[in-house]
Amino acid sequence: MLDKIGIAKRIAQEVKDGYYVNLGIGIPTLVANYVRDDIEVEFQSENGVLGMGPFPFEGEEDADLINAGKQTITTLPGASFFDSSMSFSMIRGQHVHLTILGAMEVSEEGDIANWKIPGKMVKGMGGAMDLVASAENIIVAMMHTNKAGESKLLKKCSLPLTGVGCVKKIVTNLAVIEITPEGFKLLERAPGISVEAIKKATEGTLIIEGDIPEMIL
Amino acid sequence: MINKKVADVTEAMAGVKDDMTFMLGGFGLCGIPENAINHLVKLNVKGLTCISNNAGVDDFGLGLLLHKRQIKKMISSYVGENDEFERQMLSGELDVELVPQGTLVERCRAAQSGFPAFFTPAGYGTEVAEGKEVREFDGKMYVLEHAFKADFAFVKAWKGDAAGNLVFKGTARNFNPAMCGAAKITVAEVEELVPVGSLDPNQIHIPGIFVQRIFEGKDYEKRIEQRTVIKK
Repeated sequence: MLDKIGIAKRIAQEVKDGYYVNLGIGIPTLVANYVRDDIEVEFQSENGVLGMGPFPFEGEEDADLINAGKQTITTLPGASFFDSSMSFSMIRGQHVHLTILGAMEVSEEGDIANWKIPGKMVKGMGGAMDLVASAENIIVAMMHTNKAGESKLLKKCSLPLTGVGCVKKIVTNLAVIEITPEGFKLLERAPGISVEAIKKATEGTLIIEGDIPEMIL
Repeated sequence: MINKKVADVTEAMAGVKDDMTFMLGGFGLCGIPENAINHLVKLNVKGLTCISNNAGVDDFGLGLLLHKRQIKKMISSYVGENDEFERQMLSGELDVELVPQGTLVERCRAAQSGFPAFFTPAGYGTEVAEGKEVREFDGKMYVLEHAFKADFAFVKAWKGDAAGNLVFKGTARNFNPAMCGAAKITVAEVEELVPVGSLDPNQIHIPGIFVQRIFEGKDYEKRIEQRTVIKK
């Protein structure tokens, strides 16, 4: 079974040379640490920066330079700043190649729920609805099951949706799964995890064709 | 040169009344109009509708207005970084309209640009689209969203001049440019008011035409919400 870093490492393999990438809060943020260093990638933050670098050294933080999680950041050579309107032009206009975000639930039709639990405090969707409605390529990073052990890969989402039919791929602590018109297609298993275990943890239709390879991390 | 300079925050905010709708720039605590917010606290105007991406923290930013129950309604994309907000929202004292972030900024920009409404894919198929017109373009579904109407826009820039020209710094730009000229009166506060002619016209982010009043702000705290650093 993978931990959060394992999930981030596997997703990092999906990041290709020349990609502009938007990373969500949580596991997605970790992906930046594991992208191959022989390719050129730029990270976009929806609050108005392209070419985000690592966190600053102590004493070098700047209140005017943060990411979407409100954390202090740095920029890399070639970076640019822009306003929120232009930022979402990059997103809605499909200039960002890959969006990686977390989710509470994903359905076998690619619907995603990640912003609201009825009856609990609702903080808002931030930029998630714009991102999922627009991105050509969306990868979800999440645990396969919730804290109660219930599947997060469902036939239909039970929580209020963030977007419909938008998720392309899911990387969990157990598996890599592609969303196809027929349902969740199992592509890879996490090291030491059986197909049976993945089947058991998946409520939606799981398509298993031939031998399922183990992930190479 | 048309002079937009006013003496101070008091003059800049003349005409602010109860029950008005304001746009306030900023993302988190980054690039918020600190002087205008502090003055709204002092004026003690009530029943306000605030359009702002976030709602501050307990003791800073819009949290200060929430604390004094000056806000009737918040229109934001992400809120709840403060306990008082949560309490007022759950008790029903505070009305909250959550709007996808890209839609929020575009509803400002539409008001700035003379568009009454626009179609966006964000929120289609979700509760955000409930009761709204939807339409298909080239096989994809979109939701009709309307421009905001506001009485004042309070924005914050790094540098500006008496002509109202503005230059922003880093990610403190965020929502500020789209709010300029999107309300009946735009009030810009700047960290540094520089002599007219000293800003390079090639480097101006917002031309003065979108700004009605400008002043040099005082005592900027520029608080960091999530200080994240690497040890040297």
